[in-house]
Amino acid sequence: MKKTEILVIGGGPAGLCAANAASSLGAKVLLCERDGVPGGQLVKQTHKFFGSEKQYAGDRGIQIGQMLLEQTQSDPNIEIYTDTTVLGIYEDGIATAEHDGAHLKIDAERIIVATGAAEKFLPFEGNDLPGVYGAGAVQTLMNVSGVRPAQRVLMVGAGNIGLIVSYQLMQAGVEVAAVIEGAPNIGGYLVHASKIRRLGVPILTQHTVLGAYGDGRVQRARIAQVDSSWQPVPGTEQDIECDAVCLAVGLTPLTELCWQAGCEMAYIRELSGHVPIVNEFLETTCSGIYAAGDVSGIEEASSAMVEGRLAGYSAAASLGHAPEKAAALQRAAQEELLELRSGPAGARILAGIAKVAEKGGRR
Amino acid sequence: MLSKNGIPTAEDLKKVMPSEERLARGAVSITECFQNIPCNPCVTSCPQKAITMPDGINDLPRVDHELCNGCGICVSRCPGLAIFIVDKSAGGDTAVVRLPFEFLPLPQAGQYVRGLDRSGAEHGWFKVVRVTSGGAKNKTYTISLEVPKELCMEIRNIGIGGYRDEQ
Repeated sequence: MKKTEILVIGGGPAGLCAANAASSLGAKVLLCERDGVPGGQLVKQTHKFFGSEKQYAGDRGIQIGQMLLEQTQSDPNIEIYTDTTVLGIYEDGIATAEHDGAHLKIDAERIIVATGAAEKFLPFEGNDLPGVYGAGAVQTLMNVSGVRPAQRVLMVGAGNIGLIVSYQLMQAGVEVAAVIEGAPNIGGYLVHASKIRRLGVPILTQHTVLGAYGDGRVQRARIAQVDSSWQPVPGTEQDIECDAVCLAVGLTPLTELCWQAGCEMAYIRELSGHVPIVNEFLETTCSGIYAAGDVSGIEEASSAMVEGRLAGYSAAASLGHAPEKAAALQRAAQEELLELRSGPAGARILAGIAKVAEKGGRR
Repeated sequence: MLSKNGIPTAEDLKKVMPSEERLARGAVSITECFQNIPCNPCVTSCPQKAITMPDGINDLPRVDHELCNGCGICVSRCPGLAIFIVDKSAGGDTAVVRLPFEFLPLPQAGQYVRGLDRSGAEHGWFKVVRVTSGGAKNKTYTISLEVPKELCMEIRNIGIGGYRDEQ
């Protein structure tokens, strides 16, 4: 049995910030990361981040990940287990994990779930052909492994991920045939859209992919315009020559551990799926279990970092660590979140949080 | 329309254009940022304090073109690569456009590159007058390009690679 004060599950932006925040108040932390290297999605984000200085805006995601990780690694209060998958959280509060090829039991007084999100997929003819990728896989190949994923890509989805990965593909010397988007408007930041448009990449809203075709691998894709009820318009089909179709059609919170732990869950469309009901300190309905980052609603990495801090301070304070200092830091983090979400881009998140509040959760 | 194809309209651009009188006086920044998103490195990086967001981080950047001296620091700092410097002060028919660039190979000063507009369409070959690094951490380069005056509000990118030593 491994004992710790706070177990943080997931070493992405939320988890790293949670660990660093909890430790800064004096708590002992164990951080479990499924991958070989912590950092989550930050390890492949080569673009400059938005937000303010408080969320390291202007720095690139990879640099932010490296900085947070160095802070975590050099902290004597924090122990990091990589290649460690947390498998379950039980009624008695014991978590189990696969670690070092063995089954490990972890007895933590508090648990922060920062498991992030999973990519959504899209049903269409030929979507099982080699060459149909999720955007995350394309980014891992290019930016982590240094492998060129294709010569010419059709990007499906004009949210921030679709736009950013298209730009990064071009930086890697890959041609982007087009970015298509089912919705009537571009979903991602328009500055990202303008960046790839002025490289000559067409962005086609109200378009969908009908199929991917080829002899044992993707050689072309068929797209078509869709009407206002998302139905393909006959006669608008066109074939795009490409050797990859990259799907960037949204993320969904990775909540298995929350379900299994017995946290009260709710389907909130604005937060992109089922999420745990959390209070204003990000504690779930299971006392002592917190949720931070994409697991409690899909949002930007900047908010995930602040949520991680808020959960870290809250968990540490609940164990009696520097409660007064914690209260001020909690308030500051809550205000930071409110500021980030105060514009039109955050309206959807705030609407989702309002629904969580109706169900007895955070205000 | 910007929200459908990523290309700002003439109407969008009108809102951020410095006056002709200011443009004629020398380099000045143009923030082609038209969406309220939580982002403010342009404000915090400006040494002249010429860029502000009175209503907070989700505000659009507002440039005081009188305070702006066209130094171009914001061009490499903007995470959206949405800021450009235009200098129409040189006599004659040419103006200088300074734009952000994050691709390899980099062109060298004196080389000729293809000038692209906001839709990516080519407008000819133009001379690079300067290539400036944003720094080892920032990694965004800025390219200063000599263009005909009438194209200085059109050219916003360069074609990647295939640079020529002569026009």
